[in-house]
Amino acid sequence: MNAITQPVNPAKLVERQPLALQDADWVRWSLIAIAVSFISLFICLPLGLVIFKALSKGIEAYGAALSEPDALAAIRLTLLTAMVTVPLNTVFGVAAAWAITRFEFKGKSLLTTLIDLPFSVSPVISGLIFVLVFGAEGWVGDWLIARDIKIIFAVPGIILATLFITFPFVARQLIPLMQEMGNQEEEAALSLGASGWKTFWAVTLPNIKWALLYGVLLCNARAMGEFGAVSVVSGHIRGLTNTLPLHVEVNYNEYNIVGAFAGASILAGLAVVTLILKTVLEWQQANR
Amino acid sequence: MAQSSIMPGFRPAISFTIVYLSLVVLIPLSTLVFQSFQLSWDDYVHIITNKRVLSSFRVSFSTALIAALVASFFGFIVAWVLVRYSFFGKRFFHALIDFPFALPTAVAGIVLATIFQPSGFLGKLLIDSFGVQVAFKPLGIVMALIFISIPFVVRTVEPVLLEFESSMEEAASSLGATRLQVFGKIIFPNVFPALLTGFALAFARGVGEYGSVIFIAGNLPYVSEIVPLLIVTKLEQFDIEGATAIALTMLVISFLLLLLINALQYWVRKRSGQL
Repeated sequence: MNAITQPVNPAKLVERQPLALQDADWVRWSLIAIAVSFISLFICLPLGLVIFKALSKGIEAYGAALSEPDALAAIRLTLLTAMVTVPLNTVFGVAAAWAITRFEFKGKSLLTTLIDLPFSVSPVISGLIFVLVFGAEGWVGDWLIARDIKIIFAVPGIILATLFITFPFVARQLIPLMQEMGNQEEEAALSLGASGWKTFWAVTLPNIKWALLYGVLLCNARAMGEFGAVSVVSGHIRGLTNTLPLHVEVNYNEYNIVGAFAGASILAGLAVVTLILKTVLEWQQANR
Repeated sequence: MAQSSIMPGFRPAISFTIVYLSLVVLIPLSTLVFQSFQLSWDDYVHIITNKRVLSSFRVSFSTALIAALVASFFGFIVAWVLVRYSFFGKRFFHALIDFPFALPTAVAGIVLATIFQPSGFLGKLLIDSFGVQVAFKPLGIVMALIFISIPFVVRTVEPVLLEFESSMEEAASSLGATRLQVFGKIIFPNVFPALLTGFALAFARGVGEYGSVIFIAGNLPYVSEIVPLLIVTKLEQFDIEGATAIALTMLVISFLLLLLINALQYWVRKRSGQL
């Protein structure tokens, strides 16, 4: 997982090979053709289709699909979920990276492995475990029913499942970077009399800000786009517990193609913005 | 060393990390294990050896395996082309590789279903020219999983190809090796561990994938029903025991895969001299 989210320096992609190591023209061009057609087929085509389908009945139908009450409620719930989960997981990511990279302690590699756990759990299982805890037949089910507190098939369940799914993103970005940076700069600041907080804000944060931003971005994209886990705990109540991805599903299953793709286009737009910011981040790092 | 360091904030940082990790991840995940203790071994075996359950495992694993293999083959070519050649639009394609990773799975699902359904753009083409129907068949699941797998393969192979020292290639070709020999005996063996890691990551992700698959799969029991969907179906029928037993089996398999991936990455680092 680590390898995927680590930025690659794009400037290094254009190094010239010595003449003896160059492949024959026909090899080069056929491989480029295979790669470009594969990417066009599996990536460019889907991206184009979202936009085409969303606008297939005209821009007015698109606007209408997004301004109907259920769509607006889905957008609001998606924003609320991201607004709760992203800051929490960001604070966690910074705290975990600080503890793991700045100190030596027993069980450190176990802790690092445990932080990665949610990546290897199927989204559906991520939802299921919260049903097992908070559902009607769950561990605290009777207690919750007696007090009329709803977690499953309600907003808190959606937030909890999203917290679980997006848990490792920020920590995963920060740990390798802070490990590589070492702590000499912070030790220098501390020995010159800066307080712990001052050291963090003035020394650590400026050094990690791009990786932190990228981690937050990935975390946010996943928080807004998560489908499997949320679908298990949501109950699909229109206008109440449908997030944007669930709204897309419901509309698609009801053959409301414009409605489904209008919602999908917002989520695809979010993915595109994430990719653009990621590219900008790669350039920032390459120019340093 | 934690005590002797002048670094501040160990106690608050580690306490918050452990408490938050326990609340959000460990305690919820442990319920799955405890819940399945309520099942007797015979009940468990009975649930898992049910024909429909076994079929769904077969569908999930075989489609994920084929998709990871196809994605590894093409992903390797894509990584190779992106690292070694220069061509118009290369930076654009480089940036696009992560799109499946950033795109919400439900969106990927409806888009792929629309493209490959019999009346869709590619679906119609494939039926008319080859008589092959993709959507609502296991082949549709494979297509969705290939889409999901691309970034995993490309992004693990790319850095290794980038760091690859050309001096070995130079030595081989100056000693008279053909391009094909250099590739087969020098380059590929060095990239292979990374390719295997990418393949394993793609496979592990594919087995658990839900959102991008269910729209294109057709979800026919015994034919194109994947394990995650069966868990959801059991839950909707309030069969908590069935859902738990299947989920635990999946979870154990995922962890074994995770162990394998970690071992592979250790091997890769060791071979490339980082350890």
